[in-house]
Amino acid sequence: MTTVAQPLAQPHGEEHEDPREQLMFDPLPRGEMNRLAMESMYATSWKFWLVTGILVIVILYCLVYQWYILIMEGQGMAGVTRPDYWGVFLVNTVFWIGISHAGTFISAILRVMKVESRRPFTRAAELMTTFGLIQAGFSIFMHLGRVWLIYWMMPIPNVRRLWPDFHSPLMWDLLAITTYVLCSTMYLFLPLIPDLAMARDRTEGGWRKIFYRTLALGFRGTEGEWKNLTTAMNIFAFAIIPVMFSVHTIVSWDFAMATRPGWNSTVFGPYFVIGALHSGMAAVAIVLFIIRYTMKHMEYFIRKEHFNTIAMLMWIVSMAWAYFYFNDYLAPWYGGDKWDKLFQEYQEVGPKAYLWYTMLICNIAVPWLTLWNSKWRQTPWLLAIIGILINVGMYLERYIIIPVGVTINRMPFTWRQYEPRIEIPMTISTFALFLLLYMIASRLIPLIPVWEVQEGQENHTLRKVGKAHIPAISELE
Amino acid sequence: MATETESKLPGFTNQSEEELGGRWGMVIDQDLCTGCQACVAACSMENNVPIVGEDDAGYGRGMHWIRIERLWESMEFPEVKMTDFQPLLCQQCHNAPCEPVCPVFASVHSASEDLNLQVYNRCIGTRYCANNCPYQVRAFNWFDYNDERVYPELTTLHNQMNPDVTVRRRGVMEKCTFCIQRIHKAEDKAKSEGREIEDGEFTTACAQACPATAITFGRLDDPESAVIQIVAANPSRAGHLLEELRTQPRITYLAGGV
Repeated sequence: MTTVAQPLAQPHGEEHEDPREQLMFDPLPRGEMNRLAMESMYATSWKFWLVTGILVIVILYCLVYQWYILIMEGQGMAGVTRPDYWGVFLVNTVFWIGISHAGTFISAILRVMKVESRRPFTRAAELMTTFGLIQAGFSIFMHLGRVWLIYWMMPIPNVRRLWPDFHSPLMWDLLAITTYVLCSTMYLFLPLIPDLAMARDRTEGGWRKIFYRTLALGFRGTEGEWKNLTTAMNIFAFAIIPVMFSVHTIVSWDFAMATRPGWNSTVFGPYFVIGALHSGMAAVAIVLFIIRYTMKHMEYFIRKEHFNTIAMLMWIVSMAWAYFYFNDYLAPWYGGDKWDKLFQEYQEVGPKAYLWYTMLICNIAVPWLTLWNSKWRQTPWLLAIIGILINVGMYLERYIIIPVGVTINRMPFTWRQYEPRIEIPMTISTFALFLLLYMIASRLIPLIPVWEVQEGQENHTLRKVGKAHIPAISELE
Repeated sequence: MATETESKLPGFTNQSEEELGGRWGMVIDQDLCTGCQACVAACSMENNVPIVGEDDAGYGRGMHWIRIERLWESMEFPEVKMTDFQPLLCQQCHNAPCEPVCPVFASVHSASEDLNLQVYNRCIGTRYCANNCPYQVRAFNWFDYNDERVYPELTTLHNQMNPDVTVRRRGVMEKCTFCIQRIHKAEDKAKSEGREIEDGEFTTACAQACPATAITFGRLDDPESAVIQIVAANPSRAGHLLEELRTQPRITYLAGGV
């Protein structure tokens, strides 16, 4: 009987992987990385201008011209009618607020949790928050019958001596969304300061120099400045998490507080938050795919591991969404209220039932059947397609809740199908505006938080133990 | 039985005090209603309700403040059984779902008249009130239906408008007011003569026009009024719409007697 020396327990699956495939263990010199980030910002091909031109034309026609018509003619240009007083404009609002949740989730929660693979794409996600909220705001304005009087909702002294009604869920909405816009913009700006200072130091002159010098607020990178910045970012990271959860909960109360069958549900708050994360994660996957394949040097920063991280989040959130959706479904199903039952039957076998089944396939079947596979999780184009499908599903979910849901009310005499009219070009315009803002931002600010990547790479080292390279992570804080 | 359903707790009853009160109310006898739509026409004339045109009316944008609902019991088309006609207008709920959801106080409760008011000038058109109204009786101005610059054919029709009622523009919500202009006129007259308003001294346009006297309007705070007497004479036929929502409507429907 011979004894063969067996290697001790190998770390599972790591023998085939080279740690240097991960961004954190593949460091570049600081100057080199700064050059990559700056070049990705400057390198602009004719394709960029072509897409920009198309988007500008789309916005001029679909947003400016159509909105002019909507305001001058009246809300009747849209397809809304009795009983579908709320239509696609509010679907867009909820959808874009949902998209905006991804940014905060990724950069605040993952930062607080110290998830290292978040580092290169926090800013891409934070930009989605700010630009998504702009689209949500536009969508609310499109929805109003007399949008030129929107300031009457502001609690400002006025000649009518009239205060807004804080009983109304719409007022809670206004306050929550305003808070969220301000917080998320600050939270986008704080980690941007060191990168703006970097860009300022590497810019020769011209308007860009003035732009970066103004926005960098004189940041020089001293010990005290870093300390203040880290403290401020920590405060914001912790403070913005409850804001994020509250915003979509309050948006859901617009529906849950109403006396309508199918809406009046206590689970709407967490259900909407999870729904927001579901569409948001998927949107991050799409954006990472676009960034990686359209911008210069992004293959270095955005790697397969990052797609893997996003894909796992998408999978988990999809399961959580399915749980909450079933929860929301269960109460009316089991409760046996006449109108709630009618509402569910209408979803399942009514004329818009195909939307319901498409939603279930896109939101549950597609992620569950694909994302379990780690090879597929690391395939960027596949993730982008799954991301688009999930977003289609989440859009349909909101569509089913709002225009399809309000079709069923307690007065059967008024039941009527809703058909979007001017909503279609105006919905396209919000997507175009989102893309355009994103493209402009990618030319103006470093889309990769370079200093965060550098900080991470300094903390990560490969220790040589015998012949093996063992990854080691140190905590500098 | 009635005593047993009452709460054992001292000071609590099943009915709130407001539920018993109210100032203006209406009784609609569905067994008398012939569905002639005279009330719809009268209301539109009295309250300057705009004519929306064929296309918009076909799309469900008719703005009538009162409508006659025609329903049938069986869903299989040839074997349908018509139910009673149901004139539906704002129920003037005491506990109105439309009021708390308005962010700008356009939908408010009148403490003195106990009516739901819609202040057109405050409305910014969020349409939350209409969405939240379980009776679906609110009407939205989708276009400038009353503007002759938009609809030139209205020029002569404008001569028949009621000068006592505001003409609404696009983007605001409106609804039945219980003909509040008539209420105010009667109140002013009674005040100048130094007396209380008598029941039956005036009535709303819909009640005035009804040839079958199916609609009766009057005071709820006067036990001798016609509204109270009719309900008291027909307790088995009386009921409110969607009572389970506890909106405490001021309109009582009489049905099921024939």
